[in-house]
Amino acid sequence: MSAFFSPFISKPDTVSAIMLKVLLALLPGIALYVWYFGPAILVSITLASLTALATEAAMLKLRKRPVAPFLKDNSALLTAWLLALSIPPLAPWWLIVVGTAFCIAVAKHLYGGLGNNPFNPAMVGYAVLIVSFPVQMTHWVTPLGMGATELSFVQQLQYIFSGILPGGLTLDAVTMATPLDTLKTQLHLAHPANEILTQPIFSSLAGHGSEVVAIGFLIGGLYLLASKIISWHLPVAFLGTLFLVAGIFHLADPSHYVAPVFHWFSGAAMLGAFFILTDPITSPTTHKGKFIFAAGAALLTYLIRVYGAFPDGIAFATLLMNICVPLIDAYTQPKVFGKKEKKA
Amino acid sequence: MLSALLVMSGIAILLGAVLGFAAIKFRVEGNPLVDKIDAILPQTQCGQCSYPGCKPYATAIAAGEADINRCPPGGEEGIQKLADLLGVEFKPFGADTNAPKPKSVALIDENTCIGCTLCIQACPVDAIVGAAKQMHTIITAECTGCELCVAPCPVDCISMVVIEEKITNWKWKYPIYALTPAQ
Amino acid sequence: MTTLFKFHGGVHPPTHKAESTRTPIARMPMPAKLVIPFHQHVGNIAKPLVQAGDHVLKGQLIGLPEDGISSAIHASTSGTITEIGMQVVAHASGLPDLCATLVPDGKDEWITRSGMDFRESKNADVRQVLRLAGVVGLGGAVFPSDLKLRPGKHKVNTLILNGAECEPYITCDDMLMRERADEIIKGAEIMRWALEADEILVGIEDNKPEAIAAMRLAAQASSDNISIVAVPTLYPGGGAKQLIRVLTGIEVAAGVRSTDKGVQCFNVATAQTIYRAVRFGEPLVSRIVTVTGNVSNAQNLEVLIGTPVSDVVAYAGVLPDTDSYIMGGPMMGLPLPAASVSIVKAANCIIASSPKLFPPAPPAMPCIRCTRCAEVCPAELQPQDLYWFAKAREFGKAQEFSLFDCIECGACSYVCPSHIPLVQYYRFAKSEIWARETEKTAADAARVRFEFREQRIEREKQEKAEKLAAREKAAAEAKLAAAKIASAPAATPVSAPVDETQAKIQAAIEHARQQAAAIKPKNTEQLTPQQQAEIADIEARRARIHELASTEAESPKE
Repeated sequence: MSAFFSPFISKPDTVSAIMLKVLLALLPGIALYVWYFGPAILVSITLASLTALATEAAMLKLRKRPVAPFLKDNSALLTAWLLALSIPPLAPWWLIVVGTAFCIAVAKHLYGGLGNNPFNPAMVGYAVLIVSFPVQMTHWVTPLGMGATELSFVQQLQYIFSGILPGGLTLDAVTMATPLDTLKTQLHLAHPANEILTQPIFSSLAGHGSEVVAIGFLIGGLYLLASKIISWHLPVAFLGTLFLVAGIFHLADPSHYVAPVFHWFSGAAMLGAFFILTDPITSPTTHKGKFIFAAGAALLTYLIRVYGAFPDGIAFATLLMNICVPLIDAYTQPKVFGKKEKKA
Repeated sequence: MLSALLVMSGIAILLGAVLGFAAIKFRVEGNPLVDKIDAILPQTQCGQCSYPGCKPYATAIAAGEADINRCPPGGEEGIQKLADLLGVEFKPFGADTNAPKPKSVALIDENTCIGCTLCIQACPVDAIVGAAKQMHTIITAECTGCELCVAPCPVDCISMVVIEEKITNWKWKYPIYALTPAQ
Repeated sequence: MTTLFKFHGGVHPPTHKAESTRTPIARMPMPAKLVIPFHQHVGNIAKPLVQAGDHVLKGQLIGLPEDGISSAIHASTSGTITEIGMQVVAHASGLPDLCATLVPDGKDEWITRSGMDFRESKNADVRQVLRLAGVVGLGGAVFPSDLKLRPGKHKVNTLILNGAECEPYITCDDMLMRERADEIIKGAEIMRWALEADEILVGIEDNKPEAIAAMRLAAQASSDNISIVAVPTLYPGGGAKQLIRVLTGIEVAAGVRSTDKGVQCFNVATAQTIYRAVRFGEPLVSRIVTVTGNVSNAQNLEVLIGTPVSDVVAYAGVLPDTDSYIMGGPMMGLPLPAASVSIVKAANCIIASSPKLFPPAPPAMPCIRCTRCAEVCPAELQPQDLYWFAKAREFGKAQEFSLFDCIECGACSYVCPSHIPLVQYYRFAKSEIWARETEKTAADAARVRFEFREQRIEREKQEKAEKLAAREKAAAEAKLAAAKIASAPAATPVSAPVDETQAKIQAAIEHARQQAAAIKPKNTEQLTPQQQAEIADIEARRARIHELASTEAESPKE
């Protein structure tokens, strides 16, 4: 029995519709991913989705919650897709399965399910995988047309599920480090930045192929902005701060620090700015708080990218900033109607 | 070496002075904990906790002599507040305490009252007016519902009346809604 | 031209106003029975002045305003009062309240009325007329208007007339402005005069062009400085605080009087009622009600206060699948506990509701902190945090986060993608906080009384001890003196006084018993069954006491 009280009308919008729109917004990026890196990513997305739904249903059953409305809310799918997009598509099948199950069961349901998790579940999953299985997490597919050999879809499937490559092929022949990783390794070897960037893996903006995927995510993000699903504060503050910090370092020493645009279009910057940081559950609610949160995440991302042990820093930056959310919210409460300080 | 000693002792003297000043400046009169506990207690002064009033019970709690679950009028919410204040675990009502009852006030059947003043003496908050051999009556607004006047009455003319819900004291209920549509 | 300001947030729910503006305001035929509650305003309930059986005339005072915030209640037509008793009224609780039942005689015969020229009168006299005419805010807040017209410490520069009517479905102010603009303007002149304001701003949402035109025409005839301002259509732009903000840029915080900021705001219908009350001595006995929703003839009706809602909707052709009624609009309205409740002064609109018209909201999901509620909140609150605190019963925190600045406009619930009944949580938290506040005050009073009593007992004990000591001293001295004179033994029994008091109590009990037996019941004719049951109950209790007393008397005392 639900009580009949005002307001008696409401907008037809639902959580499920919002999540669905976010999933749709990921499609351009995914399409470009497939175009540049082959269809293996679709396998991991499918695997992640199935695992997420199964784990979600099992957890809801265990927690004695109604299964149907929560399965239909699309939030588990979104977590699954984001995790799948963060890990190498050629990773063995159990990696994505374990990661997704951890996301949903531990990072989401052990904290109370939808709306109660303090950490971004996909990023928790990513962090767990990169710490536990660092080797498997570096097997990124070489962009199409760049490697010596290319795996067919069937061969990719075979590798994902059985770990067997076609005769004579080594893993190194079909995978390579990410542009960010390559840059980091080469810089360690004291090569100047502008020289490194002339290698074929790099392109005009950032990494070959991956920069276009990033543009795909940017397009999806702009759609989310236009449909008012996310507010502009988070992406603008994140990309702005990242640009600013990277710019300052780049101006100070261009031979060691690459241009800010490279940081924008490499790694998970675009995905993070529009899809990961903008998770409403784990980000601040106030406008000022969103600025602080995203700026902090950008700063941490840059520091981890440049000085940290991991090639990309989005996941750890997000998780570290997630911890601060209640504090940020508490200190950024806006003044309410009629109680603003008088402008003298 | 000497300068280090001097610096250290200088700091020690300065901090000592600050502490001494703070001790005088921010000195707290009385026992603030008792007052804080007393502020949570419902002030019915009913003695159901076996202490002769709320303040004595508060003093006993503060001294660690009494449990926090001995106040039925305060309800479980009262226990929770005491637990929060004192940083101890919530404790449900024991078997030896009365169960919380709905809030009531005493009512004197004025036809039966003989004017013996026994209830007036029993009332902890002076909420009964009357004189010897005159009919007594309860000031409802001041009555805490402690029931202490019920037992002394020789003619059983005092009854406890549950305060009923009226438009003036009606409260909005906690919203309960189904997660799944009704089947 | 006035510069307009913006308020934060707001929503655009479908307005559904066209349905009820197709026909002019009609007069509702006389109902067979009127039920007039004595508490139709903010503040204290009016004191009934009539009894069952009394014949009353239209406009006759039947409820006298109590001291403080209160207002008068009148007979809406001529007829006979058949009952003064508790009946279910238009209140969210569904609980009964004191009402007068009036059976009309059909003559609709007015009491002698006399108007006054306000310009020749004193402010206090005009306000007294309004108080006794039962004039209260007709926008829904039903605050006694005379109190709002009392000159305060601050100068009121601007008088605002609220014709925004932002709630969907409601058109009673719109129709009133279209048809009776001159009366509204004349009422505004009285209010401006009483408040000594400089200017009058009338805010009307720009979706009511006819009303704006009519009001502009009427305002031309006035010598006062009146501007009719079209304000953007945005819910809740018709909230007093929001309209004041839009028209003047002034923000009136919760708990602050708008007059302290130099503004006072009235509903347009209130202005018209004030005019009728002052100029013609007509008390508030009827109002314009929009009847809409699931009816075949949605329209505005002039309805006598006390008319049952069932009569009103039947007149408008209520459709068979109607399952409930809403008083007010769909955003802030009140679900009526029964169709039998009567139209009160606050009833600006009756919406017949059906599951098709207002389908139940989808099941609520957890809050995902999307902050759409915060984006639309006109009070600039963080509804998602308030929801969290209210849900966890963290009332202190909720208050800290300005719960009481919430105007319960419902915009947050309207946009919530999780369909959480947010406003319900705020209502719950607010009423819990109020109840706790009352309890706390009572507890503090009890503490003071208890401590005072302890002190008194202590003092009395001390005084007694002192007296005793003095007496003992005196006795000892006397004894000493007596011993000196003669050593005659004089032992008196000490227990005698105790026995004496015991005997006295026994005698008193006996006396009371005899008296009780001798008492003859009075006023026992014409009692309701409820009262008779109560008497039987008391008699039974008394018999038990007598029985107990007699057995006790017979059994020997240990």
